[in-house]
Amino acid sequence: MQDFVQHLVNGLSLGSIYALIALGYTMVYGILQMINFAHSDVYMVGAFAAYYAAKWLGIENQPGLMSLATLLVVSMVACALLGLTIERLAYRPLRKAPKLNILITAIGVSLFLQYAGQLVFGADPKVFPEVMPDITFFQWGDLSLRSSDFTVLIVALLAMVGLHFLIHHTKIGRAMRAVSQNSSVAAMLGVNPDRIVAMTFVVGSSLAGVGSVLVGMKYPKIEPLMGMMIGLKAFVAAVLGGIGSIPGAVLGGLLMGLSEEMVVAYLSSTYRDALAFGILIVILLLKPAGLLGRYQVEKV
Amino acid sequence: MSDVLLDVRSITMQFGGLKAVDSLAFQIKKGQLVGLIGPNGAGKTTAFNMLTGVYRPTSGDILFAGQSMVGLRPYQISRNGIARTFQNIRLFRELSVLQNVLIAFNQHVKSGTWSAILQTQSFLDEEAELRSKALALLKVFGLDRKADEIASSLPYGEQRKLEIIRALATKPKLILLDEPAAGMNHSETHQLMETIAQIRKDFDLTVLLIEHDMKLVMGICENIIVLDHGVKIEEGNAQHVRSSQKVIEAYLGVEESV
Repeated sequence: MQDFVQHLVNGLSLGSIYALIALGYTMVYGILQMINFAHSDVYMVGAFAAYYAAKWLGIENQPGLMSLATLLVVSMVACALLGLTIERLAYRPLRKAPKLNILITAIGVSLFLQYAGQLVFGADPKVFPEVMPDITFFQWGDLSLRSSDFTVLIVALLAMVGLHFLIHHTKIGRAMRAVSQNSSVAAMLGVNPDRIVAMTFVVGSSLAGVGSVLVGMKYPKIEPLMGMMIGLKAFVAAVLGGIGSIPGAVLGGLLMGLSEEMVVAYLSSTYRDALAFGILIVILLLKPAGLLGRYQVEKV
Repeated sequence: MSDVLLDVRSITMQFGGLKAVDSLAFQIKKGQLVGLIGPNGAGKTTAFNMLTGVYRPTSGDILFAGQSMVGLRPYQISRNGIARTFQNIRLFRELSVLQNVLIAFNQHVKSGTWSAILQTQSFLDEEAELRSKALALLKVFGLDRKADEIASSLPYGEQRKLEIIRALATKPKLILLDEPAAGMNHSETHQLMETIAQIRKDFDLTVLLIEHDMKLVMGICENIIVLDHGVKIEEGNAQHVRSSQKVIEAYLGVEESV
């Protein structure tokens, strides 16, 4: 029982990180019907931005709320700017091109960022600064609840609440929902779709920035290829929940995190990565639209 | 000629070898209700698409309130005051009726994201005002009671009305209606035409409408433009158009001489 609760907490905190990154995939898909494969590398750049910012500001050994807030802001801004640049330079010129072109471009951007990252940051792993003091505040037999897991949960939750608010209670969110349903009609009602797409990249990328700092807290080893595996898993989470669906991304992320933790705990850690792709295969076979997604009917 | 709102100067739309619209020219005066008619494939919707920036005319110019609209993007044209509805209904199907209308207000909303986050008084006031404005607009068409329903759940006729309401919410000077009565029965159509005449007065609008039903167009339009194969073949009042030999030929075909 204590074991199970422990795994539950670990799984939820891992899952909420997957969810944050999955949101970026799903938002961009919802608005452009493209998979932004570069998203996971934006996440990687966010982690490095926070790493260098901590060094530069000299707060790498001063864990606390101030450091957490500072690094979150730095990482979010860095990711937002990078996401915006990628959209502007790589994707926007292809807006009217066939869908496959933009997809391949996304893979190209992803590879570019991975290897440019190795060139600029170096290929060797670096140690992410300690952002928050990690204390065990509850111990009961095998169950030990650590503050880092709860920080991750709280920050992720705040980010998701913020996103929900943005989408449902602001002018820009209203425009995002309209553009995702029908961009040409939204344009005729006075919404500038290019601006809304750019905003979507800004928001999705900053969520990846949040995710990168949270991952840095939990697994403090960063390197330029760190985005690959977590990106793939977050992508599977988005597909599992129903790509394009925001609640779906959160649900998919949490399910992914929980099942991964449980597989590692009760089967074998060997299956950790196999699980993600197993889920992907099963979902594509049984419910390709995902848990909360809907089948798109081709417009005539 | 300051009372000319829309001045279409010889616009042509060429798709490959096909001229969908060929040197179309007409003027609409402020406050007029003009009908654009013609057989299937005459180029009516193509003309609408050029007026709203979906297509860029191959040649020619479109002056709206004295300003050229050619080369502007659809959202810029909307902000200049041209709104439209579609032949096949294009609502935001998964948003509520109210949200569909609120989107169209977006361009006039002043509060930004920060005031929404901070929930400033001006933001709350503006939101409340928009909501009541949207409801008032819905009420004109008797849709206010369905404000919170999902747009796709409305019956067909009401979806058509919602499209018109949504177009009105952009506060246009000119509204383009693409077959607003398509799929409606006779009495519904009749009622819709009365509503159109009414909103034109109430909102101080200029209206250009495409319609298949000749009788209807003749009933309410002051000026009628007839297109056939992309070319304007006739223009004038109902009387004039009805008796035009060219129009009769376009609709019924030319009588073979035996």
